[in-house]
Amino acid sequence: MEVLKAEHISKSFDSKPVLQDVSLRLEEGELVSLLGLSGSGKSTLLNIISGLVPPDRGRVFLGGEEITGRPGHISYMLQKDLLLEHKRVIDNVSLPLVIRGMKKEEARAQADPYFEQFGLSGTQGLYPSQLSGGMRQRAALLRTYLCSHGVALLDEPFSALDMITKGQMHEWYLSVMRRIRLATLLITHDVDEAILLSDRICLLTGTPGEIRHEIRIEVPRGERQGFELTPAFLGYKQRILNMLKE
Amino acid sequence: MKKRSESIRDKLLPAGAFCLILLIWWGISAAGWIPEYMLPSPPDVVGAFIRDFPNLMRHAWVSVEEALTGLVIGTLLAFALACAMDRFLNLERAVLPLLVVTQTIPTIAIAPLLVLWMGFGVAPKIALVVITTFFPIAVGLLDGFKSADPDAVALLRSMNATRLQIFRHVKFPAALPYFFSGLKISASYAVVGAVISEWLGGFEGLGVYMTRVRKAYAFDRMFAVIILVVIVSLLLMRLVNLLRALSMPWLRKAPEPKRKGVT
Repeated sequence: MEVLKAEHISKSFDSKPVLQDVSLRLEEGELVSLLGLSGSGKSTLLNIISGLVPPDRGRVFLGGEEITGRPGHISYMLQKDLLLEHKRVIDNVSLPLVIRGMKKEEARAQADPYFEQFGLSGTQGLYPSQLSGGMRQRAALLRTYLCSHGVALLDEPFSALDMITKGQMHEWYLSVMRRIRLATLLITHDVDEAILLSDRICLLTGTPGEIRHEIRIEVPRGERQGFELTPAFLGYKQRILNMLKE
Repeated sequence: MKKRSESIRDKLLPAGAFCLILLIWWGISAAGWIPEYMLPSPPDVVGAFIRDFPNLMRHAWVSVEEALTGLVIGTLLAFALACAMDRFLNLERAVLPLLVVTQTIPTIAIAPLLVLWMGFGVAPKIALVVITTFFPIAVGLLDGFKSADPDAVALLRSMNATRLQIFRHVKFPAALPYFFSGLKISASYAVVGAVISEWLGGFEGLGVYMTRVRKAYAFDRMFAVIILVVIVSLLLMRLVNLLRALSMPWLRKAPEPKRKGVT
């Protein structure tokens, strides 16, 4: 079932075109990467899909309902975790529920059971400054998940982490995704990350940005332990790098 | 144990400097280079402080009351104006330069006018404290609101948060460290402001006491009251630090290098 659909999105800033007729769709529980170089309009597309910026042309649908230019339906997560330092982890995570008008206690109770699933047990009462970088990203992802309506946008979520932590986060993410059915649009410039995590990869290239290529990764996401060291992985990488250079 | 020895050093050095100055002062007055009626020796000052203690306390209480009342009113006004300026950019553009100009007017010059307009009661004293404490807090808060991470504001907008919710969850907490930095400066201004306005007329307060002992050439008591003003200001700043720690518990949990704001 299709959960997210963006149709023929175009956007210019000060008559400089940034996105040109971009369309993409996301099936339930699917992970699609939007891979592009810097300045290809990735973040603009994120802002449009999350409803913060209205597109010049095109429409965005969530579960069949049009949400173009209407925030509050799709949540996103950035490289910066944007945890609020003055709130305990549990209150950071349940903030979207409070914003929607839920009582603080009720929101906490709703968020609490997920802590174990996200590998955050025991951090509820801590402040973000007491967490490591990887744990902060997990908390940010849980916050995103709790207000996701089944769809999450991740904008280079792991790019600030060191290589080892990043690898651990990738594995962790794949394992969490097996348990929760969360359709994810992952925006990244990291080719390895895209191949490792995605079902499909859309290449956003050129100025203004356009999706010219789409690649499906045939290895199921559940079987990708050590995938990055196989010839198949390198084959995908070679193809993608060539497409990016076009 | 490095941290502990550092903290002892941080306390010992200023205490040592203070004692040194005290010794030099004592030496000068004991040597008789400056006549005693002009520079009383430290024991004389301490003696005057003890002899006149009940009297000093009575006057100090009046000044502290004026300072605190003015500080509270000034803080409330500053908060209201800073919120309004943050909300309406044009208001900030119109008012902020005026605020800066008012800061260049010497307190001493407005004080007599306030007495002229409001009489010899507590009103002109409180008004002067409000005027002097208002600015650091308003400017601090305004900077604080602006320091809120625009990405965090955008994230809350994407959650469909109202303007008030964004203020409550992001902007206001971001402004707290700035607010307390401003409040600390204002707290020290508040006591001095109250004392200055009492110089120009009134019936009670440390400023009134100061004027009286000055006219009586009782310089030992003059020094005693100066020391009391310093003590009261320091206590008030301590109180601000305490309030700061209580209202921002997350800062105490932060690892050292991440601490923000002024301590």
